[in-house]
Amino acid sequence: MSEGNLSILKHAFSTAGVMVAFTVVGTVLLASTYFTTKLPIAESERQAKLKLFQQVLPAALHDNDLLKDAIKVPAGGDLGNRDETFAYRARLAGQPAAVVLESTAPDGYSGDIKLLIAVRADGELAGVRVLAHKETPGLGDYIDIAHGDWIKKNFDGQSLAKTNDDLWKVKKDGGSFDYMAGATITPRAVVKAVHKALQYFAAHRDEIFSADGQGELK
Amino acid sequence: MNSREIIENGLWKQNPGVVQLLGLCPTLAVTSSVVNGLSLGLATAFVMAASNASVSPIRRWVPGEIRIPVFILIVAALVTVIDLGMHAWMQALHGVLGIFIPLIVTNCIVLARVEAFAAKQPVGYSALDGLMMGLGLTMVLTVLGGMREVVGKGTLFSGIDLALGPAAKQFVLTVVPDYHGFLLAILPPGAFIGLALLIAGRNWLESRKQAAITVQPAVLAAGH
Repeated sequence: MSEGNLSILKHAFSTAGVMVAFTVVGTVLLASTYFTTKLPIAESERQAKLKLFQQVLPAALHDNDLLKDAIKVPAGGDLGNRDETFAYRARLAGQPAAVVLESTAPDGYSGDIKLLIAVRADGELAGVRVLAHKETPGLGDYIDIAHGDWIKKNFDGQSLAKTNDDLWKVKKDGGSFDYMAGATITPRAVVKAVHKALQYFAAHRDEIFSADGQGELK
Repeated sequence: MNSREIIENGLWKQNPGVVQLLGLCPTLAVTSSVVNGLSLGLATAFVMAASNASVSPIRRWVPGEIRIPVFILIVAALVTVIDLGMHAWMQALHGVLGIFIPLIVTNCIVLARVEAFAAKQPVGYSALDGLMMGLGLTMVLTVLGGMREVVGKGTLFSGIDLALGPAAKQFVLTVVPDYHGFLLAILPPGAFIGLALLIAGRNWLESRKQAAITVQPAVLAAGH
């Protein structure tokens, strides 16, 4: 091997060495940050979730820790979720009081609308909130509580018993739910998803409340 | 190179938003309101100051051939550390800025300043450059957000309660009462139009300044 080749080789190795050194330092830094923040992050996500639950579920309705009384719900089915979700069970003095479900409306104006739905044990809706959506700002976003109380007015206290199956549509389609002119696709998707969630609850009520809990969320 | 020059470059002469036109992806996507624009701007300024400050001291040990991957590694690690730290200890702020922080990694203005400035200059100047470039971008994002919000929704500072708590809701200004909204301004095309107006406005100011400089001697000459 000539002198020149040897120095090229040496240079390549030292360059690779520097790259490896930086990678190792970066990895150590990220790993240690990850492990120090893991617990605080889990705790703050837990708090955020509890805050959300308080919006859909009156505090007086339950006395248990919802996050510790959760069961897994497989993806798909009437709830339409793309991933596995959890059903959080609310109990008062050990008796089933309500369940908080996650549901996904796949047919929003621009993609999925994710909903959090609380159903009382008697099948009445305690509350519905939009968790995430990509609807047009100023037009379809009135489904979000931050932009209007449409979701409160239309769903609080609703049930399959109160509203006949074929009335679970927006008024434009002959149903009994309000909508705003110019944005019907969005509420149509939400109404359909809530209706399906109630049907899911009606079909699985006993299963939901009796299944063994999986313990605390990971 | 002195501090004054660095500040001028960041805020006006080399403003990343309207002169260098770097980092347009978040500029256009996020500026639908003042609060959004300002929040992302400040987060970016912070990351830029930190990344410039951490690249500068190691600049002598990084061989030229691998500087880009090393810089990307540093910026990405830094942003991830900031993201995780905020999520753990500043939950409320993370709720507002959380979705923007990962966006900052992909913002080419960060890497551009690291490569063009911090890789050649001492730590203090580098940190100042990152901060000033970030603040220059913040100005553009805030003004653009304000324009789009007023024209699109007729308000200013909507959503400020997300950043400062529910008590701040009273700061929301209704500029045009009973406004029905002008959707175009809020949608992505509004961002392009707004940014074009800002660039045109800056160019107009600059050309007036240039004209004033060149005209003056001529007037003096004519007076003789």
